[in-house]
Amino acid sequence: MRVITYREALREAMREEMLRDGRVIIIGEDIDAYGGTYAVTKGLAEEFGRDRVRDTPLAEGVIAGAAVGAAMSGLRPVAEIMTINFSLLASDQIINTAAKVRYMFGGQTNVPVVFRMPAGGGAQRGAQHSQMLEAMYAHIPGLKVVMPATPYDAKGMLKSAIRDEDPVLLIEHELLYGVRGEVPDLGEEYTVPLNRGDIKREGTDVTLVTFSRALHLCLQAAEELAHEGISAEVVDLRSIRPLDLDLVLDSVKKTNRAVIVEEGWKYYGTGQGIAAMIYEYGFDDLDAPIGHVTGVDAPAPYAKNLEKAVFPSYTDIVAAVKKITPVRSGR
Amino acid sequence: MVIRDLTLAGLKKEQLLNLHYTMLLMRHFEEKAAEGYTLGKIGGFLHLYTGQEAVGSGVNLALEQNDVVISSYREHGHALAKGVDPNALMAELYGRASGVSKGRGGSMHIFSKEHKLFGGYAIVAAQLPIACGYALSAKLLKENFVTVVYFGDGAVDEGAFHEALNLAQVWQLPVVFVCENNLYSMGMAVERAWAVSSLEPRAKAYAMDYEQVNGMNVLDVYQTAQKAVKRARETSMPTLIEAKTYRFRGHSMADPSSYRSKEEAEKWKQTSDPIVLFENALREAGIANNDDFKKNDDRALQIATKAVEFADKSPMPELQSLTEDIMVDPTGAIAWRRPR
Repeated sequence: MRVITYREALREAMREEMLRDGRVIIIGEDIDAYGGTYAVTKGLAEEFGRDRVRDTPLAEGVIAGAAVGAAMSGLRPVAEIMTINFSLLASDQIINTAAKVRYMFGGQTNVPVVFRMPAGGGAQRGAQHSQMLEAMYAHIPGLKVVMPATPYDAKGMLKSAIRDEDPVLLIEHELLYGVRGEVPDLGEEYTVPLNRGDIKREGTDVTLVTFSRALHLCLQAAEELAHEGISAEVVDLRSIRPLDLDLVLDSVKKTNRAVIVEEGWKYYGTGQGIAAMIYEYGFDDLDAPIGHVTGVDAPAPYAKNLEKAVFPSYTDIVAAVKKITPVRSGR
Repeated sequence: MVIRDLTLAGLKKEQLLNLHYTMLLMRHFEEKAAEGYTLGKIGGFLHLYTGQEAVGSGVNLALEQNDVVISSYREHGHALAKGVDPNALMAELYGRASGVSKGRGGSMHIFSKEHKLFGGYAIVAAQLPIACGYALSAKLLKENFVTVVYFGDGAVDEGAFHEALNLAQVWQLPVVFVCENNLYSMGMAVERAWAVSSLEPRAKAYAMDYEQVNGMNVLDVYQTAQKAVKRARETSMPTLIEAKTYRFRGHSMADPSSYRSKEEAEKWKQTSDPIVLFENALREAGIANNDDFKKNDDRALQIATKAVEFADKSPMPELQSLTEDIMVDPTGAIAWRRPR
């Protein structure tokens, strides 16, 4: 095992897949000459050439459309969209084309494309550069939406995404690129499946269901709760669609309590979708109403103090857990 | 006396009559589709190609079998020209299991992998970026096919048109953009929608080669397409073709035709019917006569009639197919449950 950053993990995944399969190409804005907006693609053009690592004009619609067309005709494109906020300009091709063509053309084609993009806020980037938006894509049949939170998962899931025969959105987080974590040594091949969540910390009293950067807040909260005598299990969904529902339900069956934690907005989002599924399939296992920790229902502000208040913190999670979880006596 | 084969645009009689037949097949097929719609056998939207036959058949003649065609929702003609089975095409319009897309696509979503007719797309101009992707594959995978993408005069006002033209030129993609300018995007007249009177300045804006052609003259279309296809194949450079044409029917079967006069439409039908114009040219050149035309007409009508019969007696899709083919991966659906 080695310790590398999330950014390096993503780069290694693309490099290894490009070495393995000559059909893998990367297209996107500023991925070559600039070195990648978040430096994820740094050095890949030098190694693989400008045919396979292609800077594009600033035009998300044609980046997405060309990536979809290329995927339908034999290439394995990884399209980097600079941030998920700009993906709205590509969303016609993602939602109306990538997610639809296999079905509406009677199974005659498929779209092995990967859209990589960072989501999230916390760096004072303001209202138009701080959104999550994953729920919008996870709503769509025909897409896979995955959100790894650790370097290990980022590398393993990006490799799986590139090999996958269906369109995958791999949504990163702007504040995760520098996060360090253990990954297997170079040359030790591994992948992480796109349909399995992961228990990042085992516990018995309450289940924290989370994904993306909020995982790290949950782990911090679980540590704090442990000191107070509450044993929290942390379920990292890793994938939003498909959702590893059994992992969530099995954990809730054990703990009888759930708090869902996400950075995005509360209403009509990923967390409410999961809550509805727990109520639908695991109602009898619940001893308390499901808790839900989210971002404030407002656009992201710029001012430092306001921004700090808009996103959930680990203390919000601790409070939400305590609200529904009695501290067991005799500890 | 020296007897030699007469030719037009470098085409022999047999080729010319095949071209004539293709146009007639489009015409009869669309008339039968209109009947099916009126009878309630075809639902949803139905956009007919009637009047524009010279464009799709002329361009297609310039293509090789391996070349790719991508189109909009007005694509029945393009599919027929590319060799898609009229039976399977009509069955798709009828929403039957034997349709090219298993009845899941309908009139606007025709696709035939076998014939490299890679889709009818119903988001205006979305097919242009997709075509760029196909052309990128041709270039990087060293497959020597040319991609032709059809769209209407409405599509050129979408951002996707501009993004695609720019990318195709910058990346030197072997693609031929064919705008079928039928003067109206639904009800919006081009002179009200365009700040310019032709696509030439728009092509120039992207340093792209531009050709304007009379889209009612099938041989002109063919020769123009030949040049563009050759350019794409030999130099990997794109071309924008503007084919001036007119649709004899409404935008779709739901069109009230309130935006253009009956006289205008009649005038086009009387003076510019592409099939009549082509027959006149063949007759004047002494290549073919009314008997030849009648034979083609009978054959095309028979094929279109048979397509209706085939579609009508084909079974509906099985209900279990409702959730098939959404993804390759059967565990890709939301809330995947592990087998227990």
